[in-house]
Amino acid sequence: MTAIDANTNKTSDPDGHGHEGHASENPFQAHHFDTPQQQYESEKLGMWLFLGTEILFFGALFAMYTILRANEPEVFSYASQYLDTILGGINTAVLIVSSLTMAAAVHFAQRSKKGLMLLCLWLTLFGAIGFLVIKYFEYEHKIHVHLTWGPGFYMPVDEAEATAVGDGGTVLTVIQEDALAVSEEAGKLAAEAEDSLPQPVQALVAAVPPADASSIAPAAIGPGGLSGVDPEAKIAAERAAAGEVEHSDKPHLEDERLPVNTHRFFAIYYAMTGLHGIHVVVGIVMILWLIIRGMKGHFDRRHYAPVDNGGLYWHIVDLVWIFLFPLFYLIH
Amino acid sequence: MTTIDTPRAGDLAGAPPVAGAGPVDNYLTWTKGALSWIFTLDHKRIGVMYLTGVLVSFLVGGLFALIVRTELIAPGKTFIEPETYNMFFTLHGAVMVFLVIIPSIPASLGNFVLPIMLGAKDVAFPRLNLFSFHLWMIGALFTVLALLLGGFDTGWTFYTPYSTKTDVGGVVPVLFGVFILGFSSIFTGLNFIVTVHKMRPPGMTWFRMPLFLWAVYATALIQILATPVLAITLMLVGLERAFQIGIFDPAMGGDPVLFQHFFWFYSHPAVYIMILPAMGIISDLISVHSHRHIFGYTFIAYSSVAIAIFSFLVWGHHMFTSGQSALLNTIFSAITFSVAVPSAIKVFNWLATLYKGSIALNTPMLYALGFIFLFTIGGLTGIYLGTLNVDVHLHDTYFVVAHFHYVMMGSALIGFIGGLHHWWPKMFGRMYNENAGRIAFVLVFIGFNVTFFTQFMLGSQGMPRRYYDYKPEFEIYHFISTIGSYVMALGFFLTAIYLLHSLFRGVRAPANPWGGRSLEWQCTSPPPHDNFKTTPTVGDCYDFSVVRWDDDENGYVVDRSQMDSSTESSGSGH
Repeated sequence: MTAIDANTNKTSDPDGHGHEGHASENPFQAHHFDTPQQQYESEKLGMWLFLGTEILFFGALFAMYTILRANEPEVFSYASQYLDTILGGINTAVLIVSSLTMAAAVHFAQRSKKGLMLLCLWLTLFGAIGFLVIKYFEYEHKIHVHLTWGPGFYMPVDEAEATAVGDGGTVLTVIQEDALAVSEEAGKLAAEAEDSLPQPVQALVAAVPPADASSIAPAAIGPGGLSGVDPEAKIAAERAAAGEVEHSDKPHLEDERLPVNTHRFFAIYYAMTGLHGIHVVVGIVMILWLIIRGMKGHFDRRHYAPVDNGGLYWHIVDLVWIFLFPLFYLIH
Repeated sequence: MTTIDTPRAGDLAGAPPVAGAGPVDNYLTWTKGALSWIFTLDHKRIGVMYLTGVLVSFLVGGLFALIVRTELIAPGKTFIEPETYNMFFTLHGAVMVFLVIIPSIPASLGNFVLPIMLGAKDVAFPRLNLFSFHLWMIGALFTVLALLLGGFDTGWTFYTPYSTKTDVGGVVPVLFGVFILGFSSIFTGLNFIVTVHKMRPPGMTWFRMPLFLWAVYATALIQILATPVLAITLMLVGLERAFQIGIFDPAMGGDPVLFQHFFWFYSHPAVYIMILPAMGIISDLISVHSHRHIFGYTFIAYSSVAIAIFSFLVWGHHMFTSGQSALLNTIFSAITFSVAVPSAIKVFNWLATLYKGSIALNTPMLYALGFIFLFTIGGLTGIYLGTLNVDVHLHDTYFVVAHFHYVMMGSALIGFIGGLHHWWPKMFGRMYNENAGRIAFVLVFIGFNVTFFTQFMLGSQGMPRRYYDYKPEFEIYHFISTIGSYVMALGFFLTAIYLLHSLFRGVRAPANPWGGRSLEWQCTSPPPHDNFKTTPTVGDCYDFSVVRWDDDENGYVVDRSQMDSSTESSGSGH
């Protein structure tokens, strides 16, 4: 359906030189456009071009992901176990539903149904905020156990810190799940450690926070560079296997199978999901703006381009996540 | 003062709102006060503000160049320390690339003339246009901040791992500044594409657009597709410096060649962001000043788009010596050669346009002819560098420096200055001193060739680029090159003087001083606030048979009586 009235008024009005709009049928028509149709098409094309730049923007990061993964597949297949598929899956569902409500908001805006449009915009807003809340818990847990980028990845986790995380409500499940995985590894590791002599404690290198990146020797923290299993960790792993929440901290540093350069997985994980998160924040601001304008009654079947274009933006934010989720969480 | 196709200025409805605003309604006098400029939505004012910013940056970048050349006049220390020298050549490059050449033609001249040439009242998104300019200002301020925080010595290319390791304080601010400048460029390109697609008045079909618009359109395509990659790359370098994320830093397992790929994926197309609009200007200048219909319009138009497409496929030729595989090198080399085809199409069409033309050696035309000469040298030496085995010898020598100065300065900037002289009377309503303009051109042209042709010789003998010191046998070339840069500087200072002089004392410009046929010559000089009161009639913008000199007007007029009515179609442009 064509929701735009074809206003074929070609003559510009004599007084309307300002860009604040003028006495046309549509109060939101800018003076330099001849018709609302022309304005609508221009705004739509502008938004599509902007989405093109967004694709290139993320495209560079996806290209980087591909190259890093091709060069070091073991890093990616190993490190993805530390991501919480359940939370990621919930977030995917939240975003897809918010895209649906966004599409519905556009649908109702085109039909001048203000109340339903606003309801759908509010639902979209809650979806966006919910996504960030879940993402916050994911990030918080990882940062506490030092599953981070760069030198931080090789810092041992402070006991008190790890316990504090364990006390948190939602994070608890995350810990529990990781703990199960870790306990299996720790068990195998302990068996192997009996056969071979414990390596010199090279992980102590990592225990000293490096002053600058050049002092880090990634090769030293590879498979050969583990510190063996200390009794405490073994006990913790057993307790974790028994279903108890408290378990060993610094699981990744103690894992014999930790590949070299695993920190790079987390660097690109935080870079890509962080940039996506910034886009979600921008989306929240945009949806709020749409709600405020919608409450003022600015949108109806003659003028709904902002809702339409805002929806397009929200869909691309959703779409980027739909690629991020399998690439980081699902593929091993 | 009367105009040709628009009503007399006095007939324009809506008298100037400001008392004492001169007899003619024009965009310069429409409203008064600094705020009415800083927050204007008028594309013409935004264009003039960009022009001011670009010219000031050009002065600053040029002074940096003079410092570098003066240091190099003799081996050993001349007057600055090696560390200071590193900062000056970096600043020269960064300022000239990001603050001068990239915004020069599209953002300043393009903003001013694109909507008028098209017959539109403004660009599609005036607010976004203003936002682009504000972003440009913020980006420029961050560059200044970088200077205050200790400068940066990474070279304008920010190659890792040096850029993630060097301990000078200005690297992160300048990275952020260039990041912001990138978004300014993206939004300008987006605005222009939508404007060209959606704002054409009835009768302005794609193939009636002046070739400058085709070139700006092709440029805008590159701007929106390549710049996001630069933005993300610089962001990663910033993160690498701040958080040691280990993407590019080999000490952390990172890959510095990956940075080079990302950087050149933007920065090679960026070279075409610089050269394409200049080629568009030259197409119009050659045709207008030789009063002859452009030869091969469609070929020139399509070759702009072809160059835009090729520009994305050649970035690897910057990494022939970075350990790229032989297969990749061969492919990139072959595609690099193929860029010569659309470029040569343009050059031959310009020459064919000149043939039997009635050539007027006005200052803009001199710059256009200079462009053809310099671009041919710059383009052909590019073939040398695109040849794999030759490049191994010439890579990172002064040969490369000379090559890209012939393209980026001898072509892109010379095209910009030619366009500036061409549209100066339209922008400010004043004529500059034509003889001074010609003398300045001669100084610039000779100075340029003396400066940079010697650098071809230096490079082919093995003088590496960016070096502070050199062997005694290179001294004579460096000496000549430095003298050439002084001659060029003299030419540019003369240009600055007569252009500034013209603003206050120049003869009032007629609407059409050169005999142009495109729409911007149909409105008054300077143009009124609304560009066109009524939607202008669009004809063949290269048909000069209907343009004649008018003594009363002291300019050219379009003779409507001779006009073939069949060329004035009024088909729908949307």
